[in-house]
Amino acid sequence: MQETQPSRARSRARHSDLFLFVLVLAAISVPLITVLMLYELAKGSIPSVEAFGLSFLFNSDWIPNPPNGGQPILGALPSIYGSVVTTSIALLLAVPVSLGVALFQNELAPRRIRTPSVFVIEMLAAVPSVVYGLWGLLNLIPFMRDNVEPILQTNLGFLPIFTGPTMGLGMLTAGVILAIMIIPYGSSVMREVIAAVPRSQREACFALGATKWETIRTAVLPFARTGIVAAVVLAMGRAIGETMAVTMVIGNVARISPSLFLPAETIPSVIANEFTEVAGNDIYFGALFELGLILFAIAFVMNLLGRVVIARLTVKAGRELRA
Amino acid sequence: MNCVLRLSSKRKISNALYVSLASICFVVALVPLISILYQTIVQGASALNLAFFTQVTPPIGQAGGGILNAIEGSVAIVAIASLFGVPIGVLCGAYLSEYPGKFSYYVRLLAEVLTGVPSIVTGIFVYELIVATQHRFSAFSGGVALGVMMVPIVAISTHESLKLVSQAIKEGALALGISRAKTLVYVLLSSARSGVITGIALAVARVMGETAPLLFTALGSQFLMTSINDPAASLTLTIFDFGTSPYDSSHSLAWGAALVLLLIVLGLNILVRVATRQRVKGEV
Repeated sequence: MQETQPSRARSRARHSDLFLFVLVLAAISVPLITVLMLYELAKGSIPSVEAFGLSFLFNSDWIPNPPNGGQPILGALPSIYGSVVTTSIALLLAVPVSLGVALFQNELAPRRIRTPSVFVIEMLAAVPSVVYGLWGLLNLIPFMRDNVEPILQTNLGFLPIFTGPTMGLGMLTAGVILAIMIIPYGSSVMREVIAAVPRSQREACFALGATKWETIRTAVLPFARTGIVAAVVLAMGRAIGETMAVTMVIGNVARISPSLFLPAETIPSVIANEFTEVAGNDIYFGALFELGLILFAIAFVMNLLGRVVIARLTVKAGRELRA
Repeated sequence: MNCVLRLSSKRKISNALYVSLASICFVVALVPLISILYQTIVQGASALNLAFFTQVTPPIGQAGGGILNAIEGSVAIVAIASLFGVPIGVLCGAYLSEYPGKFSYYVRLLAEVLTGVPSIVTGIFVYELIVATQHRFSAFSGGVALGVMMVPIVAISTHESLKLVSQAIKEGALALGISRAKTLVYVLLSSARSGVITGIALAVARVMGETAPLLFTALGSQFLMTSINDPAASLTLTIFDFGTSPYDSSHSLAWGAALVLLLIVLGLNILVRVATRQRVKGEV
């Protein structure tokens, strides 16, 4: 009896070590994936970095197979331009709507329809990207071509951004579909930060006789301002990395033009379109990896910034609630 | 009490204006959802018949055929992904709640950042890691790509569910001399069961709809797979390939595949929400 007791304890201790080991292994997988991803992307980009160096970021030519058989000439500027323009259109359209949706769900809607309203917006987030793309290609493009773009051109055609042929296939449609896709994400993060505004703020404002809107404007929004900015940064990270829907509606042409009606390309759409067509062209292949590395870096930094700010805010709100 | 507040009409109007503006925003956000559902149901339903589920995809541009290979591929790839992603994700979530501290804080933060990394980046990462070393596109590599995406999603949802389990139950189990491992499995995960399962189901629905990570891993195929080392079709790849072709018959097949995909993805979402009536934080 006395012999078995310590050995049982020892075996239990061993089991506990094994248990901890397995859990630590699983926890390490997350940093491991991140580091491996960075390593593989960097390794893949070496041929392109060696060939172009920093000029890759500022060169506007994209000639993977020059007709005279020389070295490829590749620059990321057209795809960076396309990503910046489409993301800007998306944010311009999506940020006000997301804020409206978040305020509606958190502050304005009757209690009965709050849960269903959150539910339907979540359904919007659950629709796969490729289905947005199919709908964008076969329904949104004809609609933009026949209705939206001619109206913009007749009324605002003096602006260089609304010139050129109205094809529907181009940066404007890509921006619109991106906006539709990030509204559910943007509004759900904004809802989270608006919910973190202390109740006492609102109650104090209502007690002074403020209307609903005055309470939102003077008590809720100033308090949630940092969080809303963080939500916009997170939504921007999503929009920049969105691939399938954009690839299907943007037309995929390496060109920098002021007109939003013309086809263009974005960083992820170039990778999606050209990755399997490289066939032995090492520098070209490296350039696509370098685009992937740039995308990874942008998305990583934006998500990190947004998440850290929101974590701080929600922890602070939790502390005030308890106090 | 005669202290009834009289609002000036200007304040009343501006209140009504902004309140209705926010409500309009909500309605505007719903218009695309309704249009997508309507188009997919109307256009997709006309493609559905028995052959649609029993035949493989035709060459692009030809009429007839079905999406049997796409359904088979999607199921196989997601199954491989879950085999990797679910256990690692659940155990990672368990670590986060069992050993809170600086390391856990950073792992959790990194997991949140990873869910925001574009899925096409995961695609080229797994291409370089597996496809380039094995010299072949395969269902296996597609499964790994989706599995890599599942780990942080499942870890976050498991962590959130385990946080809700009361500390007293855990301490009670430990006080009875039950080992930490058994406490985790039989007490903690068992109490948090519905939340953990909801998180897994939502992660499955999410990766089921992914296309970009499969472009350079599973690649797509016109045939049924004979092993997981073959290239494989998927519902999403089929929608992309047939939707972007110029032929009406191919578009019809793409809409049909989109309807099947939407039924699975939205069905899973609705099912878990109705079944558990509990929102899992951090799922988006």
